[in-house]
Amino acid sequence: MNKLSTGRKIFEVLNTIFMICFMVAMIYPMWFILVASFSDNSEVMKAGGSLLWIKGFTTAAYKSVFKLDTIWSGYGNTLFILVVGVFINILLTALGGYFLSRKNVFWGKYIAIAIVFTMYFSGGIIPFYFTVKDLHLDNSLWALILPTAISTYNMIIMRTAFSAIPDSLEESAKLDGAKQISILFRIMFPLAMPTVAVLILYYGVHHWNSWFNAMIFLRDRQKFPLQLILREIVLYSTTSDDMAGAADREAIGETIQYATIVVATAPILLIYPFMQRYFVKGVMIGAVKG
Amino acid sequence: MSTATKKTQLTKSGKPRLSSILKSDWRMNYELYILVIPVLVFYILFHYKPIYGAIIAFKDFNPVKGIMGSDWVGFKHFVDFFNSLSFWEVLRNTVRISVSSILVNFPAPIILALLINEIRQKKFASCVKTVSYFPHFISLVVSCAMIKYFVADTGLIGGFVNSITGGKVSLLNDPDYFTAVYVGSGLWQEVGWSSIIYVSALSAVDQQLYEAARIDGANRWGELIHVTIPGILPTIIIMLILKLGQLLSVGYEKIILLYNPLTYEKADVILSYVYRKGLQEFGYSFSTAVGLFNSTINFLFLVLVNYISKKVSEISLW
Repeated sequence: MNKLSTGRKIFEVLNTIFMICFMVAMIYPMWFILVASFSDNSEVMKAGGSLLWIKGFTTAAYKSVFKLDTIWSGYGNTLFILVVGVFINILLTALGGYFLSRKNVFWGKYIAIAIVFTMYFSGGIIPFYFTVKDLHLDNSLWALILPTAISTYNMIIMRTAFSAIPDSLEESAKLDGAKQISILFRIMFPLAMPTVAVLILYYGVHHWNSWFNAMIFLRDRQKFPLQLILREIVLYSTTSDDMAGAADREAIGETIQYATIVVATAPILLIYPFMQRYFVKGVMIGAVKG
Repeated sequence: MSTATKKTQLTKSGKPRLSSILKSDWRMNYELYILVIPVLVFYILFHYKPIYGAIIAFKDFNPVKGIMGSDWVGFKHFVDFFNSLSFWEVLRNTVRISVSSILVNFPAPIILALLINEIRQKKFASCVKTVSYFPHFISLVVSCAMIKYFVADTGLIGGFVNSITGGKVSLLNDPDYFTAVYVGSGLWQEVGWSSIIYVSALSAVDQQLYEAARIDGANRWGELIHVTIPGILPTIIIMLILKLGQLLSVGYEKIILLYNPLTYEKADVILSYVYRKGLQEFGYSFSTAVGLFNSTINFLFLVLVNYISKKVSEISLW
C-alpha cells in the first residue's frame, strides 16, 4: 500500500485509542459485577464502583445464592419455558415463513399484509392482558409461551431464507409425489438450517431475558422464571417471600446481588463468544428488504 | 363502476372469473392453507383479538360483564385523558425521552460503524464488534440493575456526578437526571448492535467508487462525503423512518424497571402510565383508551414519515 500521510497516522492512533476505551466501557459493567461477586462485601462497599480485580476472594455470596429455593425454581421454570417455547416458536415460524415464501398462492399477499400490519399496530397491553386471561392462561407458564409463539420479524427472516432456496427442489419433490408438509420439513427445513439456528438463538435469548409477561400473568412464586426472581433480588434487594425462611427475608448484601446476576447471566456469557457471529447473521438476513 | 365494467371485459376476453381462480388456487395450494392454520390462529388470538378488545376504550369495561356486556360511553375516556394533568406530563416526558434518544442513539451507531470501517487490522475490528454487541444480550433486568449500581451515590457514575454537583442521592432518585440515565444507558445497551446494519452497508459500498474519487483528487473527507455517506444513505433513511415512526412509543419495560414515585414527574411516559393505570389501578377502559390513542398516533406517524420519505427520496418501508 502507499505511504500514509501524517494526518492519517494520527487519526489511526486516535481511533485505536478510542476503540480500546470504547471496549472497556462496553465490558466494564459486567466485569465489575463478576469480580465483585467473588470479592469480600466490605471491600466492594469501599471500592465505590471501581473494582478492577477480585478483592478478598470469597465464594460466600454464591453459597448464599444457591441456598435460595427461588433461584432453583426460577432456573427450572426458565428452562421449561426455553425448551418448550423455542420448539413451538420454531415450528410455527417455519410454517408461517414457508407459507409466505410460496409464490402463486392467491391469499398469500393478503395474509402477509394482515401479518405485517400487526408489527405496526396493536390493541395495547390491557386488551392483550384480557385476551390471555380469557383463554385461562394466566398464572400458567403457557402464558409466557403461547402469546409470544411467533415474532413477526423472525418469521420474515425465515421467509427470506425459504425464498432463497431454488424452486427446482420443490418441483422435483412434487413430481415424486411429496406432500407440502414433507417438502417443508424434509427438504426446506434442513436447507434453511443456518437461519433456523439463528432463530433458535434469538427466541432462546428472548425467553431467557423476558420478565414483563411473567410479572403481569403469574401469581404463584414457584412458577416465577429466573428474571422475575432476579428483579426482586437485585432491584428491590429483597426476597419478599412469605413461604421462605427467615434467612431469606434478611436484607440482601450487595455481593449476593452480584452473584445472583452472574448465576442468571452465566449461560449467555458462556454461549455468546461462540454464537456471536450467528446472532449477527440474523440482522443481515433481516435487513434484506422485500 | 369502472371496476365492474373491467371485470366483465376481462371475462369476455377469456380470462378466468374470480370464483374459478379461487377454486384452482384451492386445488393447487390447499396443503399450504392447512399448514398455515396454526399461524393464522395465533395471529387472530394474540394480535387481532386484542385489537378487537380495544373497543373497551369506548365502553365502561367491567370484567364480569365482559366486552360485549359493558356499556358504551363513546369518547369519554379519551376526553378524560386529554383533560387530565397527566396528559401533558406523560406526553412531554415521552417526547423528551424519545427525542433525546433519537438525537443521541441514532447518529452514534453510524459514527461507530464509520470508525470501525476505518480500522485496517481485521482481527482488531472483529474484536471491537464482538465486544460492542455484548450489552445487547444482557437481560433488561440485569441491565437495569447495573444502571442502578453505577448511578447510585456510591457508584462509579453517580459518585462522580455527585462529587461535581455536591448531591448525595442516587441519580435514579433525582427526576432531573432520569432522561440522561435512560438515554446514556440506552447508548451502552444498543450502540454496537445497531451499528451492525451500517457496518454491513459500508462493506457493500463499491470499492471502485473510492478509486474514482481518489483519481478525481478527493481526500479522505471528500471520500466520506461523496462516496461513503451517499452509499449508506438508503440504510440511514430506512432506519430513521423506523425510529421516527416509534417516536411516541418509548418502551415501557425499561421505564417500569427504572422509575419510582420520586421520578414519576419526569419518567412517566404514555405506556408506563397505561400499565400503571390499567394493571395496577384497574382503570381498564381508561388506560386502554390511552394506549389506543398512542398506537393510533404511532401508526399515523409512521405512515406519514414513510409517505414523506417516499416523496423526497423514493425510499420507503413498503
